[in-house]
Amino acid sequence: MNEIINEQMEVVYHKPQTLTETPMHYCPGCGHGVVHRVLMEVIDEMGIAEQTIGVAPVGCSVFAYHYMNVDMQEAAHGRASAVATGVRRVLPDKFVFSYQGDGDLAAIGTGETIHTVNRGENILMVFVNNGIYGMTGGQMAPTSLCGMVTSTSPYGRDAAQVGHPLKITEMIAQLPGAYYVARHSVHTPGAVRKLKKAFKASFEAQKERKGTCFIEVVSNCPSGWKMTPNESNAWMEQHMFPHFPPGDIKVPASMK
Amino acid sequence: MPNIIHDETPKLMKGNEALAEASLRAGLQAYFGYPITPQSEILEYLEEQAPKHPGTVVLQAESEIASINMVYGAAGAGARVMTTSSSPGISLMQEGISYIAAAELPCVIANVQRGGPGLGTIQPAQGDYFQAVKGGGHGDYHLIVLAPSSVQEMADFVFDGFRLAEEYRMPAMILADGALGQMMEKIYLPKAGSLPKQEEPWATVGKPAARERNYITSLHIEPDKMETINLHLQDKYRKLRKEVRVELTNCENADIILVAFGLTARICNKVMEVARAKGLNVGVLRPITLYPFPYEAIAALADPMRMFLTVEMNAGQMVEDVRLAVNGRCPVYFKGRMGGMVPTPEEILLEVEAMSEKQRITNQSAGYL
Repeated sequence: MNEIINEQMEVVYHKPQTLTETPMHYCPGCGHGVVHRVLMEVIDEMGIAEQTIGVAPVGCSVFAYHYMNVDMQEAAHGRASAVATGVRRVLPDKFVFSYQGDGDLAAIGTGETIHTVNRGENILMVFVNNGIYGMTGGQMAPTSLCGMVTSTSPYGRDAAQVGHPLKITEMIAQLPGAYYVARHSVHTPGAVRKLKKAFKASFEAQKERKGTCFIEVVSNCPSGWKMTPNESNAWMEQHMFPHFPPGDIKVPASMK
Repeated sequence: MPNIIHDETPKLMKGNEALAEASLRAGLQAYFGYPITPQSEILEYLEEQAPKHPGTVVLQAESEIASINMVYGAAGAGARVMTTSSSPGISLMQEGISYIAAAELPCVIANVQRGGPGLGTIQPAQGDYFQAVKGGGHGDYHLIVLAPSSVQEMADFVFDGFRLAEEYRMPAMILADGALGQMMEKIYLPKAGSLPKQEEPWATVGKPAARERNYITSLHIEPDKMETINLHLQDKYRKLRKEVRVELTNCENADIILVAFGLTARICNKVMEVARAKGLNVGVLRPITLYPFPYEAIAALADPMRMFLTVEMNAGQMVEDVRLAVNGRCPVYFKGRMGGMVPTPEEILLEVEAMSEKQRITNQSAGYL
């Protein structure tokens, strides 16, 4: 079927070499698959796949190393940036990225996150924030919105009891080690294109050893939020964006 | 056991510094650590020496949790890597150690033990035997555990640790204590460049187009696959048994055998000397590898005419393994001090004399004498 189509039509968009053939386990409509693809597309297009080592987290993207066709390490929950530090320090000429969710990066791994950025480790930290623990079945995350109903906040997140949704991206942007910090999304083609530019700029900066590049991707979780993909994207724009507004947070003069 | 090549001239060094210097001479590529008494000299020494070793990464991490995960990353990238800590810090590392064992990564971890439980004391102890030997973290795994009893061995076991860790692709622990870390002795340092490093085709260093991607993981969600991994690990631990090391002194004809590791083995050697001068036939059995444990060597000496006395700086941990080896064939007694207290030769000798008296009465009533 594909061959027939290929004979008659010009291929204008194809799967990058940096993604494996393994079907992804993500729920329909989830942003992870798009973030994986965009990240791997950038690595493919920059021709740095042979010099890149990725670190996967614990959470929905725990199997990232089955989909990303580069050398990978699977870290303990919250420790991806410490593992990435270990890799980058002994392979200082390679490209290293960590890929984490909100529970991993902003709850259990908060200490590692802050200190990795504070040291200005020359890595790209990809932070996918969907405001919920997806893998474990929809529990409250450090980034769940106030009033948000989850399986462990059945009456809605009560800030008086459990604090406010953590803006860790704004927090780490204060650190001198953070070189480039931005928040993006993948719910529209335009948003995907912006994210791709941010990933590319981050790897360029890593080549120059400028410090940590930290890209948050606000994403949806149709299963955890109990919505259709379309509803979840609309809900994300309406409710997540006011608290986690997309855009550049810290951009070095050279990138402006 | 391949011999380590040493310098011809001796040096006077602290245990912690000897371990640190030996790690550099062993070709250390990365060290990640966090200060904790009584082992902070290791991090201090390495930070000071780092400029002389431009290829070696020395990094003070924000916690022991970060340290051990940096070790995971660096080991997975094929580097010869080490971390060190003391009891509470080693407790913090346990999750990471379990992951490293499961992912089959080589590294050296030194525990310069202090008294516990809890924050405990900064004085020497051996209370982490169970943690080191039986697992410590979650799941069925083991570490190679080497127990030095001198500053010389603090240095040598770094070489042995890396060699074994890399051969068997598993973490090696040097289980020392605060006294060994802090005391100074004459030592002959291992020669630099004498520990070759083998190829690590599994390491994540960037995937060339011609090979499949490498990935380091301990996650195998299908239980049959996870069982296969477990069976492989257990098979490896069985193969490791050939690396067992034990030091026997005057054991063959001894009436009483003192079993002790590390610092207490030194004290037991003194007890043996004094006891033999008094006409008591005492020997010392020192397990050098705590994992694999010298069950066979102990079992071979478990004779109904004999008694064993296990001496430890804890409430009685290794004594359980001694009893497993003896398997009821002769009495096994225990003498322990805890909380950072070091047993004196005199108090151990009192135990030995009491045991000897029991042995005399038993033998008399049985008509042996």
